[in-house]
Amino acid sequence: MNITVIIAASLRTFTNRTPEVRLQADTVREALQALTDEYPEAARGLYDENGDLRDFVSIYVGDRDIRSLKGLRTELQEGDEIYLIPAIAGGACESVISTERMKAVTIEEKEIRRYSNHLQLKELSIKGQKRIMAGHVLVAGIGALGGVVAERLAAAGVGTIGLADAETVTPESLQTQTIHSTRDVDRPRVSSAKDRLKKLNPQVTAVVHQEKLTADNIEDILADYDIVVDASDNFVSRYLINDACVLQEKPEVFGAMYQTEGYVTVLGGKDSPCLRCLYPSPPPVGIVPTCSASGVVNTLPGILGAMMATEVIKLLTGNGEPLIGRMLTVDIWNLRYHMVHTAKDSGCAVCGTSPSIRAVQDMDYEDFCGLREDPNEEPIGSIDPEELARRLENNEAITIVDVREPHERAIHKFPGTLIIPIGQLARRQKELDPGIDTVFVCKEGKRSILAIRTLREAGYTGPMLTLKGGFDAAAQIIFPNEGAWL
Amino acid sequence: MALADHNITDKIDITDVTCPITFVKAKVAIEELEEGEILQIHLNHGEPLENVPRSLGEEGHEVLEKIDNGDGTWELIVRRGAD
Repeated sequence: MNITVIIAASLRTFTNRTPEVRLQADTVREALQALTDEYPEAARGLYDENGDLRDFVSIYVGDRDIRSLKGLRTELQEGDEIYLIPAIAGGACESVISTERMKAVTIEEKEIRRYSNHLQLKELSIKGQKRIMAGHVLVAGIGALGGVVAERLAAAGVGTIGLADAETVTPESLQTQTIHSTRDVDRPRVSSAKDRLKKLNPQVTAVVHQEKLTADNIEDILADYDIVVDASDNFVSRYLINDACVLQEKPEVFGAMYQTEGYVTVLGGKDSPCLRCLYPSPPPVGIVPTCSASGVVNTLPGILGAMMATEVIKLLTGNGEPLIGRMLTVDIWNLRYHMVHTAKDSGCAVCGTSPSIRAVQDMDYEDFCGLREDPNEEPIGSIDPEELARRLENNEAITIVDVREPHERAIHKFPGTLIIPIGQLARRQKELDPGIDTVFVCKEGKRSILAIRTLREAGYTGPMLTLKGGFDAAAQIIFPNEGAWL
Repeated sequence: MALADHNITDKIDITDVTCPITFVKAKVAIEELEEGEILQIHLNHGEPLENVPRSLGEEGHEVLEKIDNGDGTWELIVRRGAD
């Protein structure tokens, strides 16, 4: 059968950036075999050390998860499309607002004009608008996605909008986070966002939670809200929010994005799977880069954030067809939109029939993803940027390997280094001299650990060190006289 | 029938606004009523008189009567329909 395999952007590191691969196969297993024959590096993204499919990658044939079909034995038809969708850091429903709460809202004279677009619309009308106004929605993470969600919900008239975020506005925020303005740089994101919402719609109450969500505070913070929007950008928050929403039986609108593509779905409601049903564990650090390491087209959060806000409005009003049991994937660069079915997992650790997680807990992500040092494993050494600068100045023999992606190197070059992407390390280990130290450089120092593990597994025995803090820490020390961005 | 023949529950005046706010105001007012209750709407001749009764009818409410005041304004008598 002629089959097309569509590769999510975050997995394209392993396929030389190819977004889709055409091949011949009769089953999913054969298709993946053909894919890894053509792109051997892809096997590292798809399989763990035991050769089992990694559980942070979901595989769909058409719109069906192969877990609901015959797994890898799923037979393919001529022209089928297979989607590889990994976890990313970055029907009619009942309204979550009771009739009593809806009826308690009165639409004032001055609100009739403000909300006239929704009031005119049959889909929403008076009752829908009242339910919107009665709603309490928490937006977790007031960055690019959360900012768009908060603005749309405020303009829609959502009664109370919670803003949970512990960060401050940075110059890098401004291109994507349009809720914040240039003069907001260095202000807490929640303060900047609250000001913006007040200007947009003084009728709305904005409640600020200027703290990082943790196992200690999340239950109290969530208690007052009807719906939670997860617009966070890291796996620790995502799993924490997921677990808290499942335990409090609150629907969660989930959005994530990477470079040019993103996902939107509704999690944790009665009929929806939760994040752990879809992705029982987050990917190992370094396999799927976080948003901060990889950039995003600045229009993408506008599209995804507006979709997330639409899901909130559908859940508040009990109208339309929300993404319950379905996930929309959007690739704005290649203009591919796919709707895939998602299913509850009865064996899920938090929402399954016999859950092992019965209370929220802070996840030790480094532990979870295997980055914590294994006592049986030789520890991984590191070198400070100061020490590296000194050794370079003394012309000591040392190999520096830059494992960053091409677009990261394009922003700031590290001259005199060997450039080997992580996916090619095992194959190209002969380029390294085992007689001298090899220092690995990535953006923050995490992918370097992965690089060293990979080479050890591949049998390389020479001394290897990570550059502590990665390129971000070294730039000011090793190249103090150069502009920060070349 | 005349105005006095109807058991009016509530009245609104939408002569100070134009389309589509005319319809929105009428809709907000009638939805505040219980099924079967009667709303009297004071509105202008012309576009409001053409559109508001038709739109309320499409929403499931029953227009009982249109009374010409002779001064370019009308009284529209509407019974609140079921949800």
